[in-house]
Amino acid sequence: MKRIYVNEEYCIGCRLCEVHCLTQHSRSKKIIKAFKEELPLATPRVLVEEEGPLSFAMPCRHCVEPLCVEACLTGAMHRDLPTGAILCDEDKCVGCWTCVMVCPFGVIRRKLVGHKAASKCDLCYGETTPACVAHCPNEALVYEEREK
Amino acid sequence: MRYVIVGNSAAAVGAIEGIREQDRDNPITVVSDEPYHVYSRPLISYLLGKVIDEGHMYYRSPDFYERNGVQPKLGIKAVEVRPQEQVVILEDGDTLGYDRLLLATGGRPFVPAVPGADLEGVFTFTRWQDARRLEQYIEQYTVKSTLVVGAGLIGLKTTEALMARSIKVTMVELADRILSLSFDQTASRLAEAILLKEGVGIKTNTSVQEIVGRDGRVAQAILQNGETVDCDMLVFAIGVRPNTEMIPKEAGIQVNRGIVVDRYMRTTAPQVFAAGDCVETHDLLLGTSRPIAIWPNAYQQGYVAGNNMAGGEKTYPGGFPMNSVEVCGVPTISVGLTDPRENADLYETLDYVDRNALVYKKLVLRDNRLVGAIFVGNIERAGIYTGLIRDRVDVSAFKNHLLSGSFGLISLPRDHRKHLVVGEGIEV
Repeated sequence: MKRIYVNEEYCIGCRLCEVHCLTQHSRSKKIIKAFKEELPLATPRVLVEEEGPLSFAMPCRHCVEPLCVEACLTGAMHRDLPTGAILCDEDKCVGCWTCVMVCPFGVIRRKLVGHKAASKCDLCYGETTPACVAHCPNEALVYEEREK
Repeated sequence: MRYVIVGNSAAAVGAIEGIREQDRDNPITVVSDEPYHVYSRPLISYLLGKVIDEGHMYYRSPDFYERNGVQPKLGIKAVEVRPQEQVVILEDGDTLGYDRLLLATGGRPFVPAVPGADLEGVFTFTRWQDARRLEQYIEQYTVKSTLVVGAGLIGLKTTEALMARSIKVTMVELADRILSLSFDQTASRLAEAILLKEGVGIKTNTSVQEIVGRDGRVAQAILQNGETVDCDMLVFAIGVRPNTEMIPKEAGIQVNRGIVVDRYMRTTAPQVFAAGDCVETHDLLLGTSRPIAIWPNAYQQGYVAGNNMAGGEKTYPGGFPMNSVEVCGVPTISVGLTDPRENADLYETLDYVDRNALVYKKLVLRDNRLVGAIFVGNIERAGIYTGLIRDRVDVSAFKNHLLSGSFGLISLPRDHRKHLVVGEGIEV
């Protein structure tokens, strides 16, 4: 399957991935509206880490053996077929945060506004290219098929 | 090839999904004394608390059995396994032949032999049926107060569900604090403060000595310390023990504290596997074998067992305890050895506490490796720490950053970071 891969050497820490992730997952899908009116309901699902000259964006890896899916108490966290993406069915999720406890990448966040649920990268379901990748100015994030 | 699975929860589902990775065709029979399509046991407290409805109880979709070629035999109890004949005896006298068997019989709640334990209004709370019985009892007798015996995780979840129903709850705990198995003293005290503020009664260092009834129903509990507590209902939440009742001595299946299994999840009887709360497995942190009755481990063990039942060669390396639970809306996570008392001088502790903000973070290290963690209030990215425990990463190079608010993958040494971030050599 196609996954988002990180080239940390190319990341300049501009955080456009966070901005466009948030926008993509907002109701209006418009940057200004999303930031001015929809926060904190809209939150980015990709997180930029930065320290000195080093920075990188960290989206979900959509693991082959996903610990979050194995650990999920309700069955909300699942692998979507046929895309292979690891998705959280927010209607089934009760916000027990077991996934937050087991994900070694720390890429699952808590959505606390409205129905409490785990919030994570969905590869911008339905789009050809995830918003973070499409808007990365430096190809620090790429969307590729790498499995042999 | 006939696969038979006794049990119908996390380990059973893991096994079905594991078998189907190796073998698309051969029939799987699932036997369970519970009459329900596969559901999530941890959700019963959400159901009782009316956070979810019955339609949200299911762990897998309605077509799960059909899609996976599973023949469910639900509402029928398996009473005995006979490995010599490769059959399972059902309560109605029928026998079920197998080529590969999985015992995923789970745990049984422990009820102490105290006078009055057989009164109406005394419950345990681990299954859907229990939630329905409690619900009915609460409605029928307009229950206003409940005594929850045992202040571990089940006791806490029971308490929260009852609080949501505006029932006054008193918790009784034999240890000197609540959540004593998963928390340390500081975290326990924080959790107690939260509960006390919400009006929960907490009585520690004692237990129930006798339950007193009126008209055959619970009315009062007499505690070992002499106190009495009036209550309309009583729930035993002392803990669960591996359910091994269908294994007779002559079966040749070794049982210690739980069913003994190897890394392939094989029992000591040929063609018989076991997984979930009924087994004891290698504790990665203590180095001993013991039951660690948690959902994620049950699924993983079942998945490994299923793969191997169908000819695969997966191994289960072992596990360690971990729990994520909210205390009246305050998120908490505890992983591994959170409060080592034996050989305490071998462990190093890093911690940060803000009692007013209800924030606590504690990390336990041994030989520069993380072996335990507690998070109260702020659980963001807790999984990174769990990963460091699981992977036994040497943290000496970044020990100073471990407690920092900005701790993340970026704090890790270059090679390990690259492995996680860029995915070099990653096999997840």
